[in-house]
Amino acid sequence: MLHINCPFCGLRAQKEFAYGGDATVKRPEINKEVSKEEWDNFVYMRKSPRGKHIELWHHISGCRQWFKVQRDTATHEIFKTAKMSEEIV
Amino acid sequence: MRQSHRLNNIGLINRDKVITFNFNGKLYQGYEGDTLASALLANGVHLVGRSFKYHRPRGFIGAGVDEPNAKLQVTINGHSEPNINATEIELVDGLSATSQNCWPSVEFDIGAINNFLKRFFPAGFYYKTFMWPKSFWYKVYEPFIRKAAGLGVASLERDKERYEHKFEYCDLLVTGSGPSGLASAYAAAKNGAKVILAEDKPRYGGTLLTDDVSIDNMSGKDWSEKIISELKTMPNVTLKNRSQVFGYYDHNMMVMFERVGDHLSNKSKYTPRQRLWYIRAKETILSTGSIERPIVFGNNDTPGVVLSSAAKEYMKVYGVLVGRKPIIFTNNDSAYETAFEFKKNNVEPIILDTREEHDSEIVQEAKNKGIQIKFSYGVIVANGYKKVKSAKIGKLTKDKKSFESTETINCDCICVSGFWTPTVHLASQSGNKLKFDEKIDAFIPDKSKQNEKTIGAANGSFTLQETIKSGFKTGSELSSKITDKNNENKIPTVTETKYSVHDKFWCMPLPKNENPKRFVDFQNDVAVSDIEIALREGYRSIEHVKRYTTLGMATDQGRTSNLNGLQMVSNIENKIVPEVGHTTFRPPFTPITIGTIVGREVGMEFMPTRKTPMHEWHEKNNAVFVDAGAWKRPRYYKQGNETLLEASKREAKNVRENVGICDVTTLGKIDIKGPDAAEFLNRVYTNAWLKLPVGKARYGVMLREDGMIMDDGTTTRISENHYHMTTTTAQAANVLSHLEYYLQIVWPELNVNVVSTTEQWAGAAIAGPKSRDMLSKLFPDLDVSNEALPFMGYIESNLFGVPARIFRISFSGELAYEVNVESNYGLFMWEKMMEIGKEFNNQPYGTEALSTLRIEMGHVAGPELDGRTIPQDVSLDGLVSKKKDFIGKNSLGKEAFTLENRQKIVGLVPTDRKSSIPEGSHLVENEKAKLPNLKLGHVSSSCWSVENNNPFSLAIVNDGKNMIGKKLFAVSPLKNTSIEVEIISSHYVDPEGKRVRS
Repeated sequence: MLHINCPFCGLRAQKEFAYGGDATVKRPEINKEVSKEEWDNFVYMRKSPRGKHIELWHHISGCRQWFKVQRDTATHEIFKTAKMSEEIV
Repeated sequence: MRQSHRLNNIGLINRDKVITFNFNGKLYQGYEGDTLASALLANGVHLVGRSFKYHRPRGFIGAGVDEPNAKLQVTINGHSEPNINATEIELVDGLSATSQNCWPSVEFDIGAINNFLKRFFPAGFYYKTFMWPKSFWYKVYEPFIRKAAGLGVASLERDKERYEHKFEYCDLLVTGSGPSGLASAYAAAKNGAKVILAEDKPRYGGTLLTDDVSIDNMSGKDWSEKIISELKTMPNVTLKNRSQVFGYYDHNMMVMFERVGDHLSNKSKYTPRQRLWYIRAKETILSTGSIERPIVFGNNDTPGVVLSSAAKEYMKVYGVLVGRKPIIFTNNDSAYETAFEFKKNNVEPIILDTREEHDSEIVQEAKNKGIQIKFSYGVIVANGYKKVKSAKIGKLTKDKKSFESTETINCDCICVSGFWTPTVHLASQSGNKLKFDEKIDAFIPDKSKQNEKTIGAANGSFTLQETIKSGFKTGSELSSKITDKNNENKIPTVTETKYSVHDKFWCMPLPKNENPKRFVDFQNDVAVSDIEIALREGYRSIEHVKRYTTLGMATDQGRTSNLNGLQMVSNIENKIVPEVGHTTFRPPFTPITIGTIVGREVGMEFMPTRKTPMHEWHEKNNAVFVDAGAWKRPRYYKQGNETLLEASKREAKNVRENVGICDVTTLGKIDIKGPDAAEFLNRVYTNAWLKLPVGKARYGVMLREDGMIMDDGTTTRISENHYHMTTTTAQAANVLSHLEYYLQIVWPELNVNVVSTTEQWAGAAIAGPKSRDMLSKLFPDLDVSNEALPFMGYIESNLFGVPARIFRISFSGELAYEVNVESNYGLFMWEKMMEIGKEFNNQPYGTEALSTLRIEMGHVAGPELDGRTIPQDVSLDGLVSKKKDFIGKNSLGKEAFTLENRQKIVGLVPTDRKSSIPEGSHLVENEKAKLPNLKLGHVSSSCWSVENNNPFSLAIVNDGKNMIGKKLFAVSPLKNTSIEVEIISSHYVDPEGKRVRS
């Protein structure tokens, strides 16, 4: 079970969180024309990298904040966590 | 009753407390502190089971977790459990055990015929034999094999025992209380670290209890007792015996299995039987020790063949002799100590050492004690069926491939030692890649992967001096990183015998013209010949050899067999062991009970139960409840002998004719506040929200980005920047997460906050033509006329002094209202409604009537909004704005979504107007068509229309409304029904929607 450092609450057990997918996916802007291809990429196309991955987690049984986690998908090592307003580089 | 093989004056058992137990229907006696194994051996019982495949007689090989054979069906406190290791279960009053895998008895087992047919049961036998004909597998072969295989019998009764889970954090977890574990725990504790020391056995000390050593002029046992008693006084130390750390998971989380209650004769009602610990440790020390490796020889599975370390443990810990005429068969020095222990107890052992004559310290000592040693000798075959009677031994030639001479000597046990295998399971589970250490011919941990350090015998260090030193050092270093303290420790002086090099020899050759089975894996009956077959048939990867032969796949996970198997493969393949590699070590290290994994989450405690404030009233009024997620909702209120259908018809009819009230507290409620709330709703819902005035509600549909409907419900503008959203009961949590996702990630610039208020409001729907009359009585000072409170209107008022929110919304299609009060007043509201509603023939109605009402109105709900429908599919096109953008809008233009003949919602009635149509039925044109019969759609919701007094269903069908008037068959293979149906409009009652606006 992972130990995740919520940027708002600190280290908590994985049980308290829900996984939310790739954090680098950007939704096309609302009220703007979007090509079919761009839209389909946003809705369906996801990479499944082995190694470092920046992903979303939701502290559902805690502060209910969404935040970013940089995790190795093969080893589960967590390098960094950050608020949505912060960048992970 | 005399215990024939019990020694006086030796052992750590409590001779003051005699325990009587039952084994295979016969009564025996042992002492408190015995294991079932030691007590049986004390009574001279070796034969305890039959082997898995050949049903060969089997006895004890080990004295702890290493035991592959002695798996018994054990009953304690009326609770029966299969596959219990007799070497691990402690003797307790009332314990009764039986042998497994034998019939009619362990002494006379019919299945043993397999032993005589063994040449027909080689590796891969099942794969090769039960292939054809294909149809036989399911009905003939599989049931037969299943019956023949397996070990004990799982109880079909409910487990009445109590199991617990515990979560713990610590600075340092030490797994194993042998010399290295004790030293490291002590050093860390002295540095003030929060330490948990886990020991699998009841007694702390590990090999210190059995090895002939001296530490600071104390015996190993006395030294370990001194350290333990000091640790016990330290508040920062948790000592846990009978506790096996069996799994090493991510982020340094260990899972430990504690046997709490089974050894207690007077267990209180609240004492759990077992406890599962989740331990998150900053650092972990793996001091798991090592397990003795057997040497493979002919009929090496005969009862009476034991590991030499086990024989020593039975003597020193339990005061039990495994035999009176022992052969010690070894390739190394450590078994000599077992010989010394026999000698000390007046038993004459004979040592067969596979090494050539040499003169190490321990050999000298043996000679001085007058023990007979035969060098270059080994056991070729053990003779005896149910117990070793003699052994054919042989002098090995120089190349060790044949014998110079052979002879047969009498014996009653063979204590075998093939050197030591470090217990590296936890290290491997942590992600540590193991490396092969040629000095000890075994795998040891390599570079640490997580915060784990392996020390002592588990790390391949087999001298006490080295082990204790590394224990103190590692414990001190790891803890000072955490506590910043560095307490000086005096490393104790150790006296021990210096060992000479072991012999790289683990498998005795076969004598000419003899072919006895030489077992590598005892529990799965895998012999040398099986491994040879696998290699001959082309299996090369060790993982494939494992699966083909089942080597190491039993519940003992190959603790005594893996290395010998690898050695054999490498010998035959002419490779070195590290090239062959090892199979994966997976948790759990030892079998654990399902009860422990489940813990307290059984029955009512499986998940929380959510009850509405009116629950008590429902109970008192004969409500029959249905689970809606964690909620309990009244399904119907039973009157007399009514059935579900009769009650729901009565309740629904009363709503259509008079008035009914329904507890709608479970609906999800979300408070939405902020200056951008209207804009946010406008993006979340498919319809327009910017112009909704204060005091008005609107029905909305929200989509996922892929265009599928996510949820529907009404949202009401309470004030300028304040909205009250309702969701379906099932989707409440998902919708909140969805809203939070968009507010926090996609549109953080919107100034809006959302919070769940589901628990804060109690809700009751008042529905039916008389609902306005009833409402006016509930709120006598309020103008509830159609003009003052029109359809989709909202008013705040007070219900006999209690603040209330009144929404004019309808799910039933009737004139209806929904009243919300603070949860604490829910029951008060409900009782008032029941009291005041009397004159209007008010009746409560449950979810079944609720469904009936919405289905015959053609209102969609969960079964239609199943994640596969877009608004157009369920006649909600009118709610999709063409002007504005919203979540999922771009997906609605997809080709598949705009096809002319796309699936759409319709209504169905059976042509006979009588047969109820099962939900989930498939709609087909021809009920008798050959399979696969083309499916045109499916039945989503069914009810008995109270308005028309016949069955009615909603269905999603290809080409939707164009199908109206056609006849199809609703086929349910599950219910074995086929009903002719006619397709009609989904709006079966009041299609113009006049009633809700009346």
